[in-house]
Amino acid sequence: MPVDTNIADPYLFLIVFIGVAVAFPLIPLALAWLWRRFLQPPKPGESKNAIYECGLESSGPARVQFRARYHLYCIIFLIFDVEAIFLVPFAVAFTGLPVGAFVAILVFLVLLVEGLVWAWSNGCLSWRN
Amino acid sequence: MENRPQIDEKLKNEVSKQGIVVTSLQEIYNWGRRSSIWPMQFGLACCAIEMIAAAAARYDMARFGSEVFRSSPRQADLMIVAGTVTKKMAPLVVRLYNQMADPKYVIAMGACAISGGPFKDGYNVLKGIDRYIPVDVYISGCPPRPEALLHALIELQHKIDGQQLTGPSRAEFLDPEQPSEFPIPALGKHDLEPPANTALFRPPSIQRD
Repeated sequence: MPVDTNIADPYLFLIVFIGVAVAFPLIPLALAWLWRRFLQPPKPGESKNAIYECGLESSGPARVQFRARYHLYCIIFLIFDVEAIFLVPFAVAFTGLPVGAFVAILVFLVLLVEGLVWAWSNGCLSWRN
Repeated sequence: MENRPQIDEKLKNEVSKQGIVVTSLQEIYNWGRRSSIWPMQFGLACCAIEMIAAAAARYDMARFGSEVFRSSPRQADLMIVAGTVTKKMAPLVVRLYNQMADPKYVIAMGACAISGGPFKDGYNVLKGIDRYIPVDVYISGCPPRPEALLHALIELQHKIDGQQLTGPSRAEFLDPEQPSEFPIPALGKHDLEPPANTALFRPPSIQRD
């Protein structure tokens, strides 16, 4: 099989490729930096440097923690959201369903209702501080 | 137009017929800026509905490079004051304008943003946003049609095209003396305090006998 001798090194292409990939974003960034450094006067200010909060004066620190309790709500919501997706085709095909499919969906519902009862009785649905 | 090109206009036309494009740094810079004016996603009242229509498929603001409505003032070039500015909202509008990076432009869209419009006599309505921030283009209408907003955008593009980068009549954002921020009014006991930014607008004094 003839080897293409025009290519000096098969990896040369990769090196050029990486070089261009690095230079491509760096050149505009450098131009913007030069522009800011030598041509456009910087105009910092009190409200320009302030934290953006939809135009309001920002209150409190920007980094806040969410309670882990919120996570429980999310998971329970997700489960019943998926249940609703399964219930829609069940309701559409309800009159033409064989007994086996009907029983299957009832078992599915019973499992979910059981989970809801368990979550409710364990106080997962009431918000406590 | 203030713009004085460095190359003779006739010579430029002659050369371009031969397939050679002559330009200057100023022209390229202004062309780039005017072709990508990113507005801030910011609506105040019913004019905002027309602004949304102008950005959507039928009127298609993307033809002018302005489809990228930014949700942060840090990334926006243009503030479209679309609608009635209440006295409660005015401090927020001015603070958002202050938080935009230079160069920045303002379009006052509709009768309310220009002068208070039909709600001018209301106790809570600002009589024109140009009392607090410098406005580049005014559009009349209540609300203006999307075509009018596009026209305002084209006018703004013309303005940017004519902005000088050097010399005594250079653009405001290149002049260190020109302010980039304006005082934020606060809601006082009876009215906004101060009633206007004196650098931009002085309210006429009322003569009583």
